[in-house]
Amino acid sequence: MAEEPLKRELANDEALAEEVADEHERRALEKTWGDEPGFWGWLASTNHKTVGKRFIYTAFGFFILAGILAVLMRVQLARPESTFLNPDLYNQIFTMHGTTMMFLFAVPVMEAVAVFILPLMLGARNIAFPRLNAFGYWVYLFGGIMLWVAFVMNVGPDAGWFAYVPLSGPEYGAGKRADFWAQMITFTEVSALVVATEIITTFFKLRAPGMSLNRVPIYCWSVLVMAFMVFFAMPTIAWASACLMMDRLIGTHFFNPAEGGDPLLWQHLFWFFGHPEVYIIFIPGTGFVSTILSTFSRRPIFGYTALVLSLVSTGFIGFGLWVHHMFATGLPRLGESFFTGATIMIAIPSGVQIFCWIATLWGGRPRFKSPMMFVLGFFFIFVIGGMTGVMQGAVPVDLQVHDTYFVVAHFHYVLIGGAVFPLFGAFHYWFPKVTGRMLGEKLGHLTFWVMFVGFNLTFFPMHILGLRGMPRRVYTYQPHLGWGDLNLLASAGGVLLTLGVLLFIVNALRSLRAGVLASDNPWGAATLEWATTSPPPAYNFLYPPTVDSRDTLWTQPADQPVVVGLRSDVREVLVTRTLDAEPDLKAEFPDSSIWPLLAALATTAMFIGTIFTPWAFPVGMVPIFATLTGWFWPKKRQAEERPPEEVKQKHGKRYYKLRGQES
Amino acid sequence: MPSQSALHPAGPQAGRIISLWWMMFYVTGAVFLIVMAFLVAALARRRRPYAGEAADVPDVRPEAARERRMSHVVLTGVGLTVVILFVFLIRSYVTGRALDSLHEQDHLTVKVVGHQWWWEVSYDNSTAAYTVTTANEIHIPTGRPVLFKLTSTDVIHSFWVPNLHGKMDLVPGHENVTWLKADQEGTYRGQCAEFCGHQHAHMAFTVVAEPYDKFKAWYDAQLKPAAEPVNPSQAQGRQVFLSSPCVMCHTIRGTDAGSRVGPDLTHVASRGTLAAGTLENTRGHLGGWVVDSQKIKPGNRMPPNNLEPADLQALLDYLQSLK
Amino acid sequence: MKHLLRNIVDAVRGRPAFILPPSAFILLLFASCMREERGFRVSPPPSGRVQTVRLTELQPGPAQPMEVTQNAYEQNAYAVSEGKRLYEQMNCVGCHFHGGGGIGPPLMDARWIYGSDPSQIFSTIVQGRPNGMPSFRNKLNDDQVWKITAYVRSLSGQVEKDVAPSRSDDMSGPPPESSTEKKPPVKSGGIPKSAEMPK
Repeated sequence: MAEEPLKRELANDEALAEEVADEHERRALEKTWGDEPGFWGWLASTNHKTVGKRFIYTAFGFFILAGILAVLMRVQLARPESTFLNPDLYNQIFTMHGTTMMFLFAVPVMEAVAVFILPLMLGARNIAFPRLNAFGYWVYLFGGIMLWVAFVMNVGPDAGWFAYVPLSGPEYGAGKRADFWAQMITFTEVSALVVATEIITTFFKLRAPGMSLNRVPIYCWSVLVMAFMVFFAMPTIAWASACLMMDRLIGTHFFNPAEGGDPLLWQHLFWFFGHPEVYIIFIPGTGFVSTILSTFSRRPIFGYTALVLSLVSTGFIGFGLWVHHMFATGLPRLGESFFTGATIMIAIPSGVQIFCWIATLWGGRPRFKSPMMFVLGFFFIFVIGGMTGVMQGAVPVDLQVHDTYFVVAHFHYVLIGGAVFPLFGAFHYWFPKVTGRMLGEKLGHLTFWVMFVGFNLTFFPMHILGLRGMPRRVYTYQPHLGWGDLNLLASAGGVLLTLGVLLFIVNALRSLRAGVLASDNPWGAATLEWATTSPPPAYNFLYPPTVDSRDTLWTQPADQPVVVGLRSDVREVLVTRTLDAEPDLKAEFPDSSIWPLLAALATTAMFIGTIFTPWAFPVGMVPIFATLTGWFWPKKRQAEERPPEEVKQKHGKRYYKLRGQES
Repeated sequence: MPSQSALHPAGPQAGRIISLWWMMFYVTGAVFLIVMAFLVAALARRRRPYAGEAADVPDVRPEAARERRMSHVVLTGVGLTVVILFVFLIRSYVTGRALDSLHEQDHLTVKVVGHQWWWEVSYDNSTAAYTVTTANEIHIPTGRPVLFKLTSTDVIHSFWVPNLHGKMDLVPGHENVTWLKADQEGTYRGQCAEFCGHQHAHMAFTVVAEPYDKFKAWYDAQLKPAAEPVNPSQAQGRQVFLSSPCVMCHTIRGTDAGSRVGPDLTHVASRGTLAAGTLENTRGHLGGWVVDSQKIKPGNRMPPNNLEPADLQALLDYLQSLK
Repeated sequence: MKHLLRNIVDAVRGRPAFILPPSAFILLLFASCMREERGFRVSPPPSGRVQTVRLTELQPGPAQPMEVTQNAYEQNAYAVSEGKRLYEQMNCVGCHFHGGGGIGPPLMDARWIYGSDPSQIFSTIVQGRPNGMPSFRNKLNDDQVWKITAYVRSLSGQVEKDVAPSRSDDMSGPPPESSTEKKPPVKSGGIPKSAEMPK
């Protein structure tokens, strides 16, 4: 060892000795936690940052693809009776746009950011179940590729992202188009569920010592609520799409009214998932808003408890209002009034959040950095979307505006306003942490203004179009209806919005190459992800941090204890208790592995096979079982890995040491 | 041109809905402005930097008194939100009740069946001989509530005349009902509002609201079988109709054509539009539609018909005589 | 294990034999575009030969093999589903029911009185046949007849399963066409009881 003589020589100098020990630890951790080199190591990575980055880039790629489809639709609708797209292609395009945005962009990107940020924010070395995490990513990727390959091959789904039966059913949905849609749901759902599992476990078990539940950053709460919502919403759609596939493939009768099935059953199942879905997308968005606002207002968030309770109650109420998508289906009116109440009620927690955020700004000293601009844009857009949402909660108003461009305007206001603007804020905010370089600030501001103006120009006119009778999902309209001018305006706005997204891409690429190098904490933020280097090392923290307050980095003393005593030759992590985050036990995380990828490939083969034959299901299980066997094959343990005294300590009160206060 | 807009109500239901909407618009608009005013004020507020601290140092322990004041304001805001939402809820419920209270003992009943992509319309009557069947054009008397029974034989459609009322879906295997009442005379355009396949965009219809006398006259005319040809060209046209694929799908009452796959053409010339509100009913449009409907409405169920020019002209003569 | 897999990857690298099959597979996938094409304004498959189609294998002189024609619509799921719709709407279902037959002969079995070749079925529909099959000449255009022909053949599993339609939203009848096993046509059918002239 080269350090040995050096160490001896400098034994008197404690600080230097410590530095050497740190360097030693750093190298050991790098070796233990780092990905293996080369393409193979890249494929086998289970590091949450590697996987998270992949996840974010892939989801962003799908965002671009779906955005291109949106541009095509706006070109088609710019003028009446346009023949740019034929109806068949238009139907595929709007279906693909909605499906991709909802299933392949919005939900995955929120999970992706959580996969990257959550362990850092909680002070953990990796996300819980890292191999499952890699598996979740691969399954999502393959599902998305499958859908888009199908689309390119003219087998793109064409019955809308909601795929109402009977239009998507066996009689009216000829060919395999709806099957690819339904199977894409299965992929996304598997991926979403495994990521939700990791998020929940990471949240409850891998927090830094001292981060009791009342000290968890709001963003972490928001992804926790999201993960629980995924947990309860996704199985519904998985079951519904499985029924649809069975109806189509083997002639079952779940949705056949002539045989006792019911097309409305599909709608109930779909919206029981579909409405929580929008909160799954929106709630992490509020997490971004809280985080960014607190940092750039230079003060703790106002009303922490109220905000957390709002998130949780939104999560609950979100499951009680699916029927407002079905007010026109002829359900009993009194029952519908109940859902009006629930729909309107959800404005209360949203209102609480908005008020608390404004109070945070009021009591703080706002800094107008680019992430903050997106959050301010969020306020303007989202509040409008919320207002139109309350209008539609009323059954009579909904009967008029349902399935018109008014609704198109509304949900783009809440989803782009409530999720995409905060997400772009988050991109600008965490870019230095993810890449190690600052995102160009001037171009960031320009991006914001172009997107903001473009967005409002695109979607505001749609409110008026809807009230003036323009239904959704029409591939064209007749000139005498008088919708041409507003549609042209919307299309022009769409060009501007596209330009805004392009500006962001240009800015990101430029900054990746030549951006200013970022310090550890360039924004002066309070949460733990800023306590490590930018970008963070494979092991996240040289010594995992401890926490003694909510806004850790703002309030902690210079000699805040850190966790030592975790082994650096294996992937050892500290598991803490659910409520108070006191250290509970040490656990060893698995090594990088190629098996999740292979398992995902086997799963993909089975899923795609079942589109064509039911036999793919039992037969396809065999390779999945084989790959899972490889995945879970027990590791050969070396005896010296677990010194007996350490095992003994495990049962003691405190088996880890905090640096600075020896136990 | 017929109007299709929720903003210009022509009946009590659309009127109630739009007044509810305007009420909500003004209230939520005011709320929006207030929230934005607070936001701008929060951003523009002058702040004294703390003595001896750089402006960028976070304010970790905000002044307690101000925090308390802010929480009062926030609580007030939440309270007001709850009150406003409660008012909306009550108002919405009352409007909903009013919409559904439109009933009349001796009412007209219209059955509407949705097809990909046209509307089959029949007027219920206990005597079969007084039943009128038509397509894509509904006549109703003004000032009277009319009951609509809605269903579909293929996929889900939605029946929507924005000037008169909100939507009601046509669901296969279900029969939904809705009432319409027009106070003002006029022609209102309706359109399918649930995505139903290739030609969802071209699945429109018209509702003609007219005084009872005019309605009665129209109804009586519709009851009659098709007009007999009055000249050789029309006679030849009828022959063309009966000996070509036309007869496989369409009905012309009074002739041998009795298939119900496509719209009833007994009085096709009396209707304002062709192809479910896609084309104005003119001779040129009719000819183009018969010969090459897939160009006009790609994917619709009408096959191309390669007729000899003379036959086509005769057919058009005949169809145009079916007033 | 990892080394084994790594060796496999090394082996694959740079060998066309390992790359060609996947590429061929991808090309094959692209061929499936045709299965989903929604052709709205297409010229129907040519039907000229149909006028001279042979309905019997009997012939003077040395035996010539029967012609085999291809119906492009048998590769197209949308066209077959249109055929199914027309089969119902043109009242084929009135006599043949959902393939099981009744008044007319069954269409889901292997026996073909007037031949199983698409051109033979086409001419059967257009010309009509003795003992009750009406002629649809001038009542359906060629395009529609070709679609019905494709569907009729799917009833006995003659078209690919990923093209054949699945169940309808009706009372359940026989298993859906897409679940019907292919039945090779029986050569000399003879007239089944159900197709005989009513006595």
